Amino acid sequence: MARDLTCIICPRGCHLHIDDNLNVTGNFCPRGAAYAKQEVLDPRRTLTTTVRCKSQLLEVCPVKTNAAMPKDKLFEAMKAVNEVTLTPPVHIGDIVIKDLCGTGVDLVATRDIEK
Amino acid sequence: METRDLVIIGGGSAGMAAAVAAYDKGIRDILILERTEFLGGILNQCIHNGFGLTHFKEELTGPEFLTRFVKQVQERGIEYKLHTNVVAVTKDKKVSYVNAKDGAITLQAKAIVMAAGCYERNAGAIGIPGERPAGVITAGQAQLYLNEYGYLVGKKVFILGSGDIGLIMARRMTLEGAKVLGVAELMPYSNGLNRNIQQCLIDFNIPLYLSHTVSKIIGKGKLEAIEISQVDEKFRPIPGTEKRFDVDTLLLSIGLIPNNDLLDKAGVAKSSTRGASVDEHMQSINAPGIFSCGNVLHVHDLVDYVVAEGAVAGEAAASYLQGTLKESEGPCLETVAGEGIGYVVPSRINLANAGENVELKFRVRKPSKNVYVTYSLNGQVLKKTLKPAIIPSEMEIARLPRNLLGEEGGTLTVSLLAKEEN
Amino acid sequence: MDAGGGSLVTILYLFCFEDGILGAFFAFGHLCDDKDILGTNCIPKNRAFPIHVLTFSLLRAYNGAHMKDIIIIGAGAIGAFLARNLSKYELNVLVIEKENDVGDATSMANSAIVHSGYDPVPGTNKARFNVEGNKLFPKICEELDVEFEQCGSLTVATEPKQLEMLKELARRGELNGVPTKLLTPEEVKALEPNITPEVQGALLCPTAGIVNPFTLVAHAFENALDNGVELALGTTVTAIRHENGHYQVQTDKGTFEAKVVINAAGVAADHIASLVEEIDWSIQPRKGEYYVLDHYAPGLVNHVLFPLPSEKGKGILVTMTTAGNYLVGPSSEFVDDKDDHSTDLPTLANVRAQATNMVPKIPFREQIRTFAGLRATPSTHDFIIGPSKSHEDFINVAGIESPGLVSSPAIGEYVVEHLVRPLLDLKPKKSYNPCVKKYVTLSRLSEEQKKEVIAKNPHYGEMICNCEKVSLGEIEDVLSRSLPTLTIKAIKKRTRAGFGKCQGGFCQPKVLFLLAKHLGVSPLEVLYDRSGSEILDKEAK
Repeated sequence: MARDLTCIICPRGCHLHIDDNLNVTGNFCPRGAAYAKQEVLDPRRTLTTTVRCKSQLLEVCPVKTNAAMPKDKLFEAMKAVNEVTLTPPVHIGDIVIKDLCGTGVDLVATRDIEK
Repeated sequence: METRDLVIIGGGSAGMAAAVAAYDKGIRDILILERTEFLGGILNQCIHNGFGLTHFKEELTGPEFLTRFVKQVQERGIEYKLHTNVVAVTKDKKVSYVNAKDGAITLQAKAIVMAAGCYERNAGAIGIPGERPAGVITAGQAQLYLNEYGYLVGKKVFILGSGDIGLIMARRMTLEGAKVLGVAELMPYSNGLNRNIQQCLIDFNIPLYLSHTVSKIIGKGKLEAIEISQVDEKFRPIPGTEKRFDVDTLLLSIGLIPNNDLLDKAGVAKSSTRGASVDEHMQSINAPGIFSCGNVLHVHDLVDYVVAEGAVAGEAAASYLQGTLKESEGPCLETVAGEGIGYVVPSRINLANAGENVELKFRVRKPSKNVYVTYSLNGQVLKKTLKPAIIPSEMEIARLPRNLLGEEGGTLTVSLLAKEEN
Repeated sequence: MDAGGGSLVTILYLFCFEDGILGAFFAFGHLCDDKDILGTNCIPKNRAFPIHVLTFSLLRAYNGAHMKDIIIIGAGAIGAFLARNLSKYELNVLVIEKENDVGDATSMANSAIVHSGYDPVPGTNKARFNVEGNKLFPKICEELDVEFEQCGSLTVATEPKQLEMLKELARRGELNGVPTKLLTPEEVKALEPNITPEVQGALLCPTAGIVNPFTLVAHAFENALDNGVELALGTTVTAIRHENGHYQVQTDKGTFEAKVVINAAGVAADHIASLVEEIDWSIQPRKGEYYVLDHYAPGLVNHVLFPLPSEKGKGILVTMTTAGNYLVGPSSEFVDDKDDHSTDLPTLANVRAQATNMVPKIPFREQIRTFAGLRATPSTHDFIIGPSKSHEDFINVAGIESPGLVSSPAIGEYVVEHLVRPLLDLKPKKSYNPCVKKYVTLSRLSEEQKKEVIAKNPHYGEMICNCEKVSLGEIEDVLSRSLPTLTIKAIKKRTRAGFGKCQGGFCQPKVLFLLAKHLGVSPLEVLYDRSGSEILDKEAK
């Protein structure tokens, strides 16, 4: 169970160590400890990608999951993402897919596209 | 000739931050000139997250981050022109631009903030051996095709350089169905952020070949394969270490270069970063009233630092316009990148203008552990800071109290000193 | 994306195949209703033809059933000036080129020098056509709207023993009819402040110059096409048969017939010549590798600077280009592969070392590209210009290595007036116009001129290439000309979009989508250069 990890919470990228009792060392801030525990128990990632959205200036609209989702469902999520087409106007935070692949997290738009 | 108080060249994060800061210090006649169809610059294509942790205290994607700044610009009614290309700048602050609506115009600016960003080092600049087929493309260009136009540039991809854009694109293209076969890095260490090595490469089992380079490009019309080789300590490929990868795409993530031609051609002094030589207020050392900030000055790793620098430049431009920034001929400190240091920004500290603290930004030449960063005034160590680890891919920011710097002028040297030697 | 706004058009070409039966060749695809290439609706998603067929369909008013008077094989600088000189007469002329653009091989990758002609051995074809060609350049570049600067060249001696050689070269220049002047080290330093302090003297040739080699070839072809010449790009000659007093030129796109064939196939000229008869000469490509530096540091050099020539060629030169870049090279190595355009580190390092011997402070940090070109070096050591041994109506123009570019207008004139004239009735064409319509180069205009141009057409105010300051209007102008512009590289060569320090990093997508609309193809099928060189792989979504 004990592992060395690189924290991905912020650009600092602390080198973490987590032991069998889930004690974390090497973290600069408490978020690193939380990350290490999460990473060994239930690794999650935020998905950022695009969905089809034909506008005057862009062919796609950027989106993200509004929380980290299970890492092993990223590719499944991409399949669902690639089925969606948005029609402008789109606003930051608009829900594009609710409860993405049953993960409980939503896919939301990250850009305003007016027309 | 029309006169404007403040002309800002580039409507990306640095330019918008400068505009907002200048406005908030009381400047109203501001014009931002942006060459593309959007404000926000390169953040428009950076759809990944990780932006804004310092500035907004939350993690945003590039478009989310830029949208907040666009709103600040619009709320203040700051004028901007899109699709507008600045073709020349002079040291006496004339700005010539063209666009479809206004035609070709030269403005007399009272102050200029240069915030034109950077461009990617490409295959031409490093002369990768072999042929020059289609399929060798910078990571940022592939990112633009994918994130704004919706096209993938290839199915089987290799990446040269472990810069962050390359790592981000490794993940991005993998998620979109491409196969990324590996990343080669010339240096014995990665140039990207640790977290990007983890979440972009290790997460997807993409190998990182340190101390390797692409030693041959194969393919006449379209890329067919590349060959990578291990390099020796002088970065020369070692014969016999070649590995071949059959790929249709080679992404290059081999560095960014300040897009500083306009000032360079105007005769504004430049530093070793290829950006302008500036003082502590981001003002050019030989062109009063011309300020620089963001990646056109030196390449930053975090947009949060870019907007902070933009704000410094914007506020300084406002002070210049309001007459509170002294055009002093008085004593100055010239900064020197000493042992182990790649560059230091600013190039000069004008002691008459320096505030309570002076901020120095620098990068080390190579990763080191347990070293002191020393700051020496005319050879005398003023301050030293122990760094458990320090790497080139992270820009260091240090603040020195003004009162340490004396009144005489001379040199201020930043160096690395191994801990053992003390 | 949908295919709205386009209409399906079928184009039928008729040809005479070698069995004498009329064959048919189809090209069909969407053409845009909306002629404005900015029209939003003309990207057909699934068009029906591969792009090489499209290039073929762009043959202007091709009349396949009719026997050509002349077929020119090869659309390099030689092909260009052959075509242009032939277009003065009432002739049916077809140029066949295997690449997807004109001037896409040797004519594209060279030093772009208009040599004065002091150097070739007196009495050779090289000496004759170099000197004659040099004299034609000012007028031709005026007619064809090509950037040309008669900046002069300096051949620089860096060792005392080389001074004798300079004098010998001056004598050779005199025999060739080329004005030269020997300069003292002080005179050289006054002209070239960045020259090595070791300089011992130099030979000044005031008639030498630099030219834009890309537009030289393209505009010569444009002019030829304007005057009725036809061009088949992306078409490879596979066999040539001589029957019943005429030639059947077989290609991968069908067979063409002509009374006279001119072989201007560059490094492949020996291969083409051997399709009609056994030949006793050959072409061995000699590769030259170069650095291109960005247009910083104006005044790094003010002339074309050569070292003393050797048996390997004119040596590593340092020159500015008409666009204000600097060019350093070329190396000189024989290669076997006629399609080897690769560069390598040791060769370039040697180029660099030799160049800094002459100009110590070359800012190699401003390097924006390296490239290699192939010289078509003949086994005979001189240009091969004349009818083949067995057929007076099959003319070889082969082995045109340096000084080929400068010689090309004179060679074109000579071949037409002395070798074609005895074979065909050359009736002057009344409508012949030697000039191309003037181009607008925004970056060279004054602010007032820019204003005027943009007021007339706002697209000249919309910048596409940031580094080289190339506008949408300039790209649209190129696309509207008679010479087909089918690839991203062709746009780059004609307009300089993508030639700068970012090497297309920012502008290539804009150019790509513009070209897709213009050609009426999907962006996925836009080529960088050769067939198979698509930039985009698939739609991500």
